[in-house]
Amino acid sequence: MGSQGGFYQSKEFLDLVKSIGEARSKAEEDRIVLNEIETLKRRISEPDIPKRKMKEYIIRLVYIEMLGHDASFGYIHAVKMTHDDSLLVKRTGYLAVTLFLNEDHDLIILIVNTIQKDLKSDNYLVVCAALNAVCKLINEETIPAVLPQVMELLAHPKEAVRKKAIMALHRFYQKSPSSVSHLVSNFRKRLCDNDPGVMGATLCPLFELIARDVNSYKDLVISFVSILKQVAERRLSKAYDYHQMPAPFIQIKLLKILALLGSGDKQASENMYTVVGDIFRKCDSSSNIGNAVLYECICCVSSIYPNPKLLESAADVISRFLKSDSHNLKYMGIDALGRLIKISPEIAEQHQLAVIDCLEDPDDTLKRKTFELLYKMTKSTNVEVIVDRMIDYMISINDNHYKTEIASRCVELAEQFAPSNQWFIQTMNRVFEHAGDLVNIKVAHNLMRLIAEGFGEDDDNADTKLRSSAVESYLRILGEPKLPSVFLQVICWVLGEYGTADGMFSASDITGKLCDVAEAYSNDETVKAYATTALMKIYAFEIAAWRKVDMLPECQSLMEELLASHSTDLQQRAYELQAVIGLDAHAVACIMPSDASCEDIEVDRDLSFLNDYIQEAIEKGAQPYIPESERSGMLNISNFRNQDHHEASSHGLRFEAYELPKPAVQSRIPQTLIASTEIVPVPEPMYPRESYQTTMPSIPSDAGSAELKLRLEGVQKKWGRSTYTPATSTSNSTSQKTVNGTSQGDGASTVSSMRETYDSRKPQVEVSHEKQKLAASLFGGSSKTEKRPATGHKAAKASSHVVEKSHVPKSSMEVASEKAAPAQQPPDLLDLGEPTATSTALQLDPFKQLEGLLDATEVASAVNGAPAASRSPDIMALYADTAAGIHNKNDADLLSGLSNPSVTNMPGTTAMPQVTQSSSKGPNPKDSLEKDALVRQMGVNPSSQNPNLFKDLLG
Amino acid sequence: MIKAVMVMNTQGKSRLAKFYEYLSVEKQQELIRGVFSVLCSRAENVSNFIDAESIFGQDSRLVYKHFATLYFVFVFDSSENELAVLDLIQDVLPSVFVETLDKCFQNVCELDIVFNYSKIHTILDEMVFGGQVVETSSSEIMKAVEEISKLEAASNAISLIPKSASGWRSR
Repeated sequence: MGSQGGFYQSKEFLDLVKSIGEARSKAEEDRIVLNEIETLKRRISEPDIPKRKMKEYIIRLVYIEMLGHDASFGYIHAVKMTHDDSLLVKRTGYLAVTLFLNEDHDLIILIVNTIQKDLKSDNYLVVCAALNAVCKLINEETIPAVLPQVMELLAHPKEAVRKKAIMALHRFYQKSPSSVSHLVSNFRKRLCDNDPGVMGATLCPLFELIARDVNSYKDLVISFVSILKQVAERRLSKAYDYHQMPAPFIQIKLLKILALLGSGDKQASENMYTVVGDIFRKCDSSSNIGNAVLYECICCVSSIYPNPKLLESAADVISRFLKSDSHNLKYMGIDALGRLIKISPEIAEQHQLAVIDCLEDPDDTLKRKTFELLYKMTKSTNVEVIVDRMIDYMISINDNHYKTEIASRCVELAEQFAPSNQWFIQTMNRVFEHAGDLVNIKVAHNLMRLIAEGFGEDDDNADTKLRSSAVESYLRILGEPKLPSVFLQVICWVLGEYGTADGMFSASDITGKLCDVAEAYSNDETVKAYATTALMKIYAFEIAAWRKVDMLPECQSLMEELLASHSTDLQQRAYELQAVIGLDAHAVACIMPSDASCEDIEVDRDLSFLNDYIQEAIEKGAQPYIPESERSGMLNISNFRNQDHHEASSHGLRFEAYELPKPAVQSRIPQTLIASTEIVPVPEPMYPRESYQTTMPSIPSDAGSAELKLRLEGVQKKWGRSTYTPATSTSNSTSQKTVNGTSQGDGASTVSSMRETYDSRKPQVEVSHEKQKLAASLFGGSSKTEKRPATGHKAAKASSHVVEKSHVPKSSMEVASEKAAPAQQPPDLLDLGEPTATSTALQLDPFKQLEGLLDATEVASAVNGAPAASRSPDIMALYADTAAGIHNKNDADLLSGLSNPSVTNMPGTTAMPQVTQSSSKGPNPKDSLEKDALVRQMGVNPSSQNPNLFKDLLG
Repeated sequence: MIKAVMVMNTQGKSRLAKFYEYLSVEKQQELIRGVFSVLCSRAENVSNFIDAESIFGQDSRLVYKHFATLYFVFVFDSSENELAVLDLIQDVLPSVFVETLDKCFQNVCELDIVFNYSKIHTILDEMVFGGQVVETSSSEIMKAVEEISKLEAASNAISLIPKSASGWRSR
């Protein structure tokens, strides 16, 4: 035929193609194309363009779009062309629209009608063109419009049309299985089409259907086997031969289908053995396509119920593939080997050398495939070599996608098969060092946990050794430049926790290194936060051991910098560090017990330890706390917020007088900090929370509490802007006062003073004697209690404490918060500690077991025992939860009275859900509590980017 | 299923691109660039397969064949056999191209592909339909394409002046 046949093109197009082909740069090409677009825009809208010209313009548009330029101005013309009577023009129109438009494009509606008409055309080429468009342009909504016609075409006399109709139906199935589910049987029918081409095409949809639902097609096993047999025995006409192979593409599809059907089905598989064996024997392995069929046979054999003879044949073919010079065949061989070793692991051994060769091959594809194979065949005996190799390879590549994958595989294998802790830590170090930013943060937490927990055996000696070696290796690694953030976090944590534990390194060694880290990675706030907390731990351990603490000058300057940091988190940590250093050994030992990262933390949610203090304040004339919902003039929270915001920002310009604060309260606020009030921006109440979620490298308890509790907006509001960190809390309390100054006077002052008590031990600078006493009573008192779960807990005392179960199911928390907002509550804060009600409740409470586990009396110490970093969110959680708890109780009081056993106990849970939950869960609360506590201490400060931490670690 | 068919030259210029799932023009260009960056880093005498997951997402492989100044690329998922697809590229396609473009394949230059743009699309449509390989016999494809040409020519009242790319080039 003439080379151009019906595909005429003009000289102009040739010139375009030529000039683009010769363009030296992308810019030049773009210029040419833009020029062309201008020309086409002009020409295409001229009236009376000859069809032939129009067709060419459209082809040119297609070409332009392929080069990445927008040709949408011509879409409508392409649509118009599909309406044309001339086959040539119509086909071009269809070609263009299938390339230009997607199924949801607005113009489709103009085409559907044409497609409907064309599907009924007498000219089968028109039908084919329309079917082609159907595949691309029909979406779920328009399927019904063309479905009847397509169904009719399944019986079209032309096999080309039948074939395409099947594919169109297949496409409908892919797009919307439900719309054609009643027609799926047609695929089965077409399997018996007397044209092998149509039958072959039917295999595509059947393959997909079977992949989705094997069991409905088991009856076809016999049919498929007999078809395959006939094909393999050359029953088809010669026309289907390809490189002397009988219809290899059909064979491949059939083998794929059989592999699905025979998987785990002995009976079905037995039907297949003969024919697969035959193909193994007959297949010509000298041609590409023959090997393709052989490979498919291996896949089939490794998928169906194993047959020793077939496995043998498969192994033979694999060894032939592996010995071949062709990289393609080696690739297929490695892939096939990976499939087969699942069934017969011993086969890999005979090919060791070949596999090693592939591993060394310069071909990246082959290498990756080989690593995949190695990954599949890793055992505890070879894990060291394999992971070693994988890491070497990982270091050598730049492709982040694959690097991530291989890093996660290394981690997975190491976690699964590690022969020793030592090795595991070293391996992890390498992975972190080279792909630290690509691995999941979870891996870092796991590593920290491993170092903290040891291997679970009671061999403390081994654990100590492990930690020492970790510390040693980290000190060495710190010398390397540019370490990934995640790795640095691990290093800082380990150095903080165990840097001085074995006495090998002095505190000044470790702190010096930590300061270096904070300085070298000064852009990374997370790392800085980790380093600060680590510093705090080191100093705390030193103090607790009665050693004299000399802060290194660089550390001091770092602290000074951090005290003024823009990050509230860093600032807080710095203040905490400062506070801890000012304490005496006894207090520090309580706050920061050495090697206690695995200990549980308990939280007193009712803040009952403050009761005496509050009582005292009230006796001195302070007003009791009024919950927000009780305050007059507040219609709703948002209203309050706005006002709050407004007043806070404008407090310099207020004309009405503040109510005089009570002197007792006033004296509690350190002057220096008051002075800073103005500076602290109070942009809007949500701000601090957001910063916790996003910018601030925060704390495990935070992650949890943020997730669980931050929704309790209304509840928290009872406490004013409770989301402030202690570092800024003084300002918070003062600003609170200004707010409250107008509306409820001293009610909030009490609150502020309460908060003060929390913060008092930190801003050491001007802590009053009274506060110190309070701190001593809070933390000193608790230190008397054992850290271990007390056996007989004192009901009276514990009653007012509520063990925080940070895991209170979210839903119930939400329930609580929902309820909290509108509920009317007694204004008295002190209500929370009401002993009579609570203690009776406790006696009966199913959660008593929880209390037993974690003696509530030592909550305070536990809170402090946690790395100080986690304190602030804890406190927040306390606030939030206490509020919820109080409210909840009150709420429940209204409903059922105090005698209800579950009413008072769990903050944040409603009575009923709690009971059911506790009874159904049995030991779970205990477990989760322990885990939770562990997590809190473990990842002292997991970044807030990982809110899933809890989920991850707790399973 | 087949996800995409591409033909590009060794400088990364796209000569033909057909995606079987709709993608925006920008995304198409991104993928083409991604594929080219992988292809051009491949040495001679290595396998024709590439793991394309980093470009095309989960479960995607890529088979390519380098002819003269052109790369022929098929992207597909695990429901196809790599070797078989490779055969399509290195056997079926060239033989169809050679015959339909009426010249020996070594001489099928880049411009011929573009110049016969709609014809190449017709060939591909006969071979891959809705992302599935429906025809693998080059003679069957040839027959279909010829028939289409004939009918198109017949249906087209306008007389066409055959003008071949080679004729133009030889001027």
